[in-house]
This record gives sequence, structure tokens and C-alpha cells, in this order.
Amino acid sequence: MTLLWIVLLPLLGVLVPVLTERRGRRFCSLTTALLPALALLLTLSQVPDLAAGETLRFAVEWIPALGLDLAFRLDGLSVLFNILILGIGLLILLYAHYYLSPEEPFGRFHAYLILFMTSMVGIVMADNLLLLWLFWEMTSLSSFLLIGFWSHQSDARKGARMALTVTGAGGLALLAGLLLLGDMVGSFDMNVVLSSADVILADPRYPMMLGLVLLGAFTKSAQFPFQFWLPHAMAAPTPVSAYLHSATMVKAGIFLMARLHPAIAGSELWSVVVTLVGMATMLYGAWFALLKTDLKGILAFSTVSHLGLITALLGIGSPMAILAALFHILNHATFKGALFMSAGIIDHETGTRDISKLGGLRRAMPVTALLMTLAAASMAGVPLLNGFLSKEMFFTETVDASLLGGLGWLLPLLATLGGVLSVAYSLRMVHAVFFKPAKTAPPKFPHEPPWLMRAPVVLLVILCVVVGLLPAAMATGLLDLATQAVLGESLDFHLAIWHGFNLPLAMSAIALAAGIMLYGIHPSIRRFVRQFGITDARQIFEGSIQRLVVRSQALTTRMENGSLQRYMSLLLSAALLLATLGLFDLPHLAGSRAEGELDGMLIVGAALLIFGAVGTVVTHRYRLISLLMLSVVGLLVSLTFARFSAPDLALTQLSVEVVTMILLMLALFFLPQKTPRESSAHRTIRDIALASSLGMVVASLNYAVLTRETESISSFFLANSVPGGGGHNVVNVILVDFRGFDTLGEITVLAIAGLAIFKLLNRLRLFMPHSDGEGRVWSPDRYPMILTSISQWLLPLALLVSVFIFLRGHNQPGGGFIAGLVTAVALILVYMARGVEWTQSRLDFPYQPVAIGGVAVATLTGLGSWLFGRPFLTSAFGHFKLPLVGEFELATAMLFDLGVYLAVVGATLMILANLGKVTTPHRPSKDTQTATSKEKR
Amino acid sequence: MESLYAITTGILTACGLFLTLRGRSFPVVVGLTLLSYAVNLFLFSMGGLTTNGAVIVDGPGDYADPLPQALVLTAIVIGFAMTAFAVILAMRARGDMGNDHVDGRQTDEPREERR
Repeated sequence: MTLLWIVLLPLLGVLVPVLTERRGRRFCSLTTALLPALALLLTLSQVPDLAAGETLRFAVEWIPALGLDLAFRLDGLSVLFNILILGIGLLILLYAHYYLSPEEPFGRFHAYLILFMTSMVGIVMADNLLLLWLFWEMTSLSSFLLIGFWSHQSDARKGARMALTVTGAGGLALLAGLLLLGDMVGSFDMNVVLSSADVILADPRYPMMLGLVLLGAFTKSAQFPFQFWLPHAMAAPTPVSAYLHSATMVKAGIFLMARLHPAIAGSELWSVVVTLVGMATMLYGAWFALLKTDLKGILAFSTVSHLGLITALLGIGSPMAILAALFHILNHATFKGALFMSAGIIDHETGTRDISKLGGLRRAMPVTALLMTLAAASMAGVPLLNGFLSKEMFFTETVDASLLGGLGWLLPLLATLGGVLSVAYSLRMVHAVFFKPAKTAPPKFPHEPPWLMRAPVVLLVILCVVVGLLPAAMATGLLDLATQAVLGESLDFHLAIWHGFNLPLAMSAIALAAGIMLYGIHPSIRRFVRQFGITDARQIFEGSIQRLVVRSQALTTRMENGSLQRYMSLLLSAALLLATLGLFDLPHLAGSRAEGELDGMLIVGAALLIFGAVGTVVTHRYRLISLLMLSVVGLLVSLTFARFSAPDLALTQLSVEVVTMILLMLALFFLPQKTPRESSAHRTIRDIALASSLGMVVASLNYAVLTRETESISSFFLANSVPGGGGHNVVNVILVDFRGFDTLGEITVLAIAGLAIFKLLNRLRLFMPHSDGEGRVWSPDRYPMILTSISQWLLPLALLVSVFIFLRGHNQPGGGFIAGLVTAVALILVYMARGVEWTQSRLDFPYQPVAIGGVAVATLTGLGSWLFGRPFLTSAFGHFKLPLVGEFELATAMLFDLGVYLAVVGATLMILANLGKVTTPHRPSKDTQTATSKEKR
Repeated sequence: MESLYAITTGILTACGLFLTLRGRSFPVVVGLTLLSYAVNLFLFSMGGLTTNGAVIVDGPGDYADPLPQALVLTAIVIGFAMTAFAVILAMRARGDMGNDHVDGRQTDEPREERR
């Protein structure tokens, strides 16, 4: 449980600054520090257990189906990093308290900082690969927020975006790599992964997995060639740079390499790639650190360089190299943290970070000068400071490494070169800021900062010196734990300043001497380099991003030009392509089934159908005629259903055809009567080609299916309809019983469509033509006598028919859908014959509740079966005998069908009656009062 | 018989699709209706074409496949709801935009008398 709290406390701490921001800055900073401090204490309290040789673990299942557990572990490596993250984090909080100006939203800043802290703690403690990745992404996001904290500055925004793009892309690669890794091992559990090096190294996917994981680590830790984002992330406030870009985030990649070292590092591929990338990064960073004039820029490139050094050590991978890497992580965090904070102090006090404008500050800020000089000396690897120790260990390892075969001498050479450069840039930085006389006066008059702002620097520099003087006493314990976690066994080592006269000592001496010389001639080097012109990484990056944006915009505008016709033709072309590909796979179009006999009726029917369809298209510009042609098609479709043994479909199609025609006629009243000739011949030809090819594809598909024997699940329905559903009309039994849930969904959709239409018609303002397209005035006789009289007789008859159809639906063609449509048609006929006013005074109820009520009845019928402990929509039926009527049957499905009936009547009338009302002064609106008041206006 | 049925479905599809590619809303709605006829016929035929085999079960016999019929029955009703929605959307678009073009761009077409 303690482990969970170590992660949970900082997470809860994210809320603290947000809540306490209003209580004043001091209170806010203090309370913010509380929970991380507690987490640090908890971590330290676990150290005795660890020293006894245990690895502490905690796991709760989170998403077991994905293999994602909420699992944490605490071993030496996690402790080392936790101390760095939480310890330096607390120092940074103190520093930031003084660094940020009072008007800045420090609550938000603190919250981001703690969020970042939590995600780092999560990375180092994660005991599950996926969980680790989750926290990894969290660091990318929270560092984006921190780098872009000064969002009013374009540099900050661009730097943040670049950091997010690079580390985010790396994160995706890492995810792929970790998924591969988990797949090789069969588990995402860290312990399993770490103990299956044999399986992993033998897997053929190993190189790919390694590449992806390293891509994640290299982008995060700013390794060559992904180093370019780090210097631009320096647009962040200095506390962020000190925290993220020296001590923590950039070390996440290194942490990952160290964490997975036992599992994935045992190959030559790893050694060569990681060592060389590390070496290249080290030299690249050191070289540019020498050329930069911005204080934070120098520090950023030197960070890149030192990260390269650590990476190279991890690549060499011998036990002592691992020890050196971990030691350098610790040392780098102390001296680089101190340097960043000092740089921030100088920036804060003088108003500039440009070393060409600074100089002679040792008089104004003697303490800061001393501190920064000591830290820089540690960075340069001057003896008696901690940087010297780990750097000498690095030299030793490059000498001892058995890499690169005959070119093995290259490693110590490159390492020494790196050492020379780092001495030179450290010297240059300190000399230029504190000792060289200033050319111009700085923007602000500098003086020492408040002592509490300097306190973190003092603490870190003291650590540099003490560890440098007494390495064995100060660092052995922690490093022993950490190396044990990586190597899996205890390493016998002794940290000491003096190892006798040997090659590494000579390399250190050469580095110091040559570094001082290099600084002496560096002005001429800078002049020499200036001839080449500088390619700024950001320009390249921004340029490529912009090109990407422009291209995708061009593509989008090509695809999405706002023309519905364009989309439609693209959609149809895609469908054509896919369906054609499917047809290509068939060996023959015709299947084995013999064709049925043709008869005269069929030929005439098909001819009429085709005539109707083609007629609809040909006359489409004359809309009324086209509509009449369409109705021919509808009627013939209904006859087709009747011909091929589907009486229910025929009845439904027939009644739907009637309401559709009424609907389209009503709509046409408000729309232009003719379609203008707009399409170019070219367009028309294209559309004809597209439509007819799709028609041919559909015909071929249909033919292919029709001539093949098909396996159907229908035998089940045929066999169970009477015994299981109590009905002889299988189609109806399927609708209300077997597939009742589908039907419930469909009537719901119907009711929703009705409601949506009701809403669309509400307050619709339309042209109300007083004549038809040819200018003929509408007939003044709105309610013709014959229609009125017939409808009066027809209504009760039609209602009777619909009741009849409804009741017999379970056993004979009919049912709720058809009965509902018949009722709706009968009522609509009354509307047409008598007008809205007359009808409404007699049928005085709204249709919305009818439709909704129908859905409700159907749902309740379904729910009713729960009362009897059965699943949703289980039906029951029984046979009853009544005198006179005889035996008849009642089924709960009948009640469900009643719901269908009501929903269909309600929805259809909602659509048609409301549309009809638009043609009269009685328009649908919230209430008649507002409608009439509008009329008056 | 099957080939004639397939050809008819194909022609209905082609006609419907051609109309949905037009630029004015009303032909598009008509095209959609035509297309839904074609789709319903297509789906219906998935159970094979049966003559004189209406599925009113009364003992064993050669019945048509009831499942596609049930699916198509609801499809017809839903198709009506969709057509209604589309056509009223078209009316609304004309009311708000002043024209009945499917792209829904406002034009300065001379307005007819409004009420």
C-alpha cells in the first residue's frame, strides 16, 4: 500500500495549489510542497527493507483484458530516481516561489509542476509496461504545458509544440515497441519481462522491437538525431528547464534503457547502436555548447552532451559502466540543476542571459559566482568534485570496452575529445559571466538574490563538493541498491578519488589542459564556423510542419470542397471499386442453381418496373411527372413482393407507397416545380457512367446470390413459430417475438424521426405559391364535395379494416405495422378532404404522445417479462374459449404489436399532419397564441 | 426469372443513384426513394425467389424464407421515415437558404412572396 501512496500523494498534490492559490503565494507554495515531501519520506522509509534485498511490489488489476495492471515496484533504481525527482522537485518549488513574478498564475504553474512530478514518479515505479507507457505520455503532456507556460511568447509556443511532437511521436514508437515486447514475453508484467532475456533475444522481432523502444528513449532523452527539441524547450521558465531538462524528464529515456537493460541489452546490436548514438550526441552537444552565447542554450547543449555520455555508458553495458552511468545521472542532476538555477538567478537579476552582454558579475554577486564556478567545475570534470569521479569512470570504461573490434581505440579518443570540449565550454561560460570585464551594462543593476532563492543552489553545490570529496561514504549505499536493481546481483565496487597513475587519469589531464587551450583559441573557431551559416533546427522543423499543414489543407480542400455532389460521387466511386474487387474473386458469376421459369406476367411486370424507373429519371426535371412515374415503380415493387410469396411486404409497401406519395406531393407544393438544367454534358455523362456501372455491379451480385444455394437460419423460425411464438405468420412472429428487440429499436427510430420532423417544421418560413409552375392559380375549391362524402364513409370502414388486419396479424398477413399505416392513411384522407380546422376540432389530440406512448407500450411489454423472471421481451401466449366467438388466442406479443401500431400511427401522422398544417394558417408552433400573433404581424 | 429479377434491381439502382447525383434536393429525394426500392428488392431476394410459398405455417411445406421478409418490412417503414426527414430537411433548407441546391449555399435568388 505504501507504494501506491508514493504515487498517489503527488497526484493528489496536483489539486493542492489550485485550491490554495487564493490564500496567498507563500501558503500556496508551502502546502504544495507538503504532499511531495511526504512521498519522499515514504520512499526513504522503504530503504531499509530494500537494503535487506527485497524488491517491493504492489499490484491491483486494472484492465485485465489488456494486461494493464496498476502495478508499482520500488527497487534501487526507482529509489535513486525518486530521490532525484521528489528531492530536486522540492528544491525547484522553493526556487520557483522566488523566480516567478507575483502577477503570474503560480497556482497553475505549481499544479503543472506537480502533475509532471507525479508522472515521472509513475514512470520510475511502474511495474507494468503499459502503465509505464501511460505515465510516459503523461510526462510528454505535462511538459508541453510547462514549456508553453508563457503562452504569450511565440518561442514558448513553438518550443512546446516541437517538444510535444518529437516526444509524442517517440511515445507512439515506444508503445509499439512495448506491445511487441509484451507479445514476445506473453506478459506486460515487469518482473516477467526482466527475467526473459533469452526469449526476447532469440525472437526474430527483436531488432524491430529494439528499434522502436530506442526510438522512444532517444527522442525523450534528446539523443542524436532527435536532440534538436531540447535547446528550443529552453523557452520555458528556468525552474522548468532546471527540473525537466536537467534532472528529470530527459532522464526518462535513460531510465527506460536502464530499466529494460537486463531484458533487451544483451545483444551486439544494442551495444553498437546505443554506444555510437551516445558518443555522437555527446560530441554534438559539446560542440554546440561551445558556440552558443545564450546561457541556457549552453546549458541545454551541455545537457544533450551529458545525456549522450550516459547513453554511451549504458551501451557499453559492463557492470562498472552501469554503475558509472547511474553515478553520472546523480552527479549530472546535482551540478546541472545548480547551474540552471544560477543561470535563472543571473537572468532574473540582470535581465539578460546573453553572455556577450554579461561580464564582471563576480563583484556584484560573489556568492552566486562561487556557486556557479564550483558547479561548472564539476561539469568540466575538475578533480575533487563529483563530476570528476563519474567522468573518470567513463574514461575507464571506454578504455576497457571491447566494442568496435579493430576500431576500439576510437572510443577513448572520442571520450577525451568530449572531455576537452566540456572543459572549454564550462570555462567559457564562467569566465564570460563573472570574470571578463563587461562590454555593456546589463539591463538591470544586478545584486545577490534572496538567500532562500539561492538555498537550492547552495544545497546542490554542497552535494557536489561533499560527494566529490567523500564518494565512498556519500554515494555507495544508494548506488549499490540501484546497480543491484539493474544487474540483478550485488556489485563489489569502491568509489575513490585516487586510482593511481593510469590511462584514464592521463585522459582527464589531457582534457583539462587541452580544454583550457581550446578556450584560448575559441574566438577564432567561432569566426571560422560563422562562415558556414547556421541552419537552425527550428526553421527546418517549422518548415516541414508548415509544408505538412499546407499539403494536408490542399488535400482536404480537394476532397472536401463543400459540394455534396462531389462527396456523393467519391463515395459511389469507392463503393464501385470495392464491390468490383469482390466480384473479381468469384470464379463464375452464375451459380449451380437452375433458373426459374419465366412467364408473361413477370415479363410485363419487369418491363413496367423498368419503364417506371427510367421514366422517373428521364422526366426528373418535371417534378410532378417524375413523382407519378415513381409511384408506378412503388406499386410494381409491391406487386413483386406479392408475386414472390411475401404478402406482408406487399401490404406494407402498398400502404407506405400511399403515405410517401402524399408526403412528396405536399413537399413539392413548397419546392420549385421544375429542376433547372444545370449539369454540363460532361457531368451528366460521368454520372450516367458511374450510376450504370454500379447498377451492373448490383445486378451481377444479385444474380450471383440468386443462382447459388444459400444456407439460411430460417428453418429455426419456421419450426419454432407455432410452438414457440404461438403464431402461424412467421414474418410477424419474427417481428414481434424472435427479433422483437430489433423492432423495438426500429419503432424508436421512427418516433425519433417523427419528432425531428416536427421540430424542423416548427417556425418554418416558406414560400407559399398561389399558383403552380405554369402560373395556373390553385383551385379555389379546397375541399371537393365527392372526396368529402367518400372519405366520410371510408373512415369507419378503413378503421375497421385496420383493426381486422391488426388482430389477425399473428396468424395471417397483417400486423401492427400494416394496421398502423392503414389507420394513418384513413386519417390523412380526412385531413385532405375536410381540412385541418375541421379535423382538428374533432380529433383534438397531439400525435407526439401517441408515438412515444407506442414505444413505451412496447418497452413495457418487454420489461413485463422481468416480473416473471424471464429475459427482456420473452413472450407468452395462451388459447382461450369464448362463447359465440370460439377459440382464440392471446399473446403478449399482441401487446407488443399494439405498441408498434401506436408508434406507426403516431409517427406517420406527426409527419404528414404537421406538414399538411404548413399549407394552412394553422402552422405548428409552441402554441396557437404565438402563431396567430405572428400572423397579425 | 432470376436474371430478369437481377437486371431489374440493377436498373432501379442505377436510376436511383443517377438521381442522387443531381444537384437539387427534390430529385435527390426521389432518387433515394428509388434506391431504397432497389435495396429492399435486393435484400428480399437474399432468401431466394419463391412462388406460392407465403410463410403462413401450417405443417411442413415449401415456404419462402421469412427472415429477409421481416427485415425488409421494417426497412420499408424506416425508409419512409428517412424519406420524410430528407424531404423536410430539403424544405427547411429552401426556406433558410432561398434555393433548393444540395450544397446549401446561400444565394440571392429573387425571393418569391412569403407569408
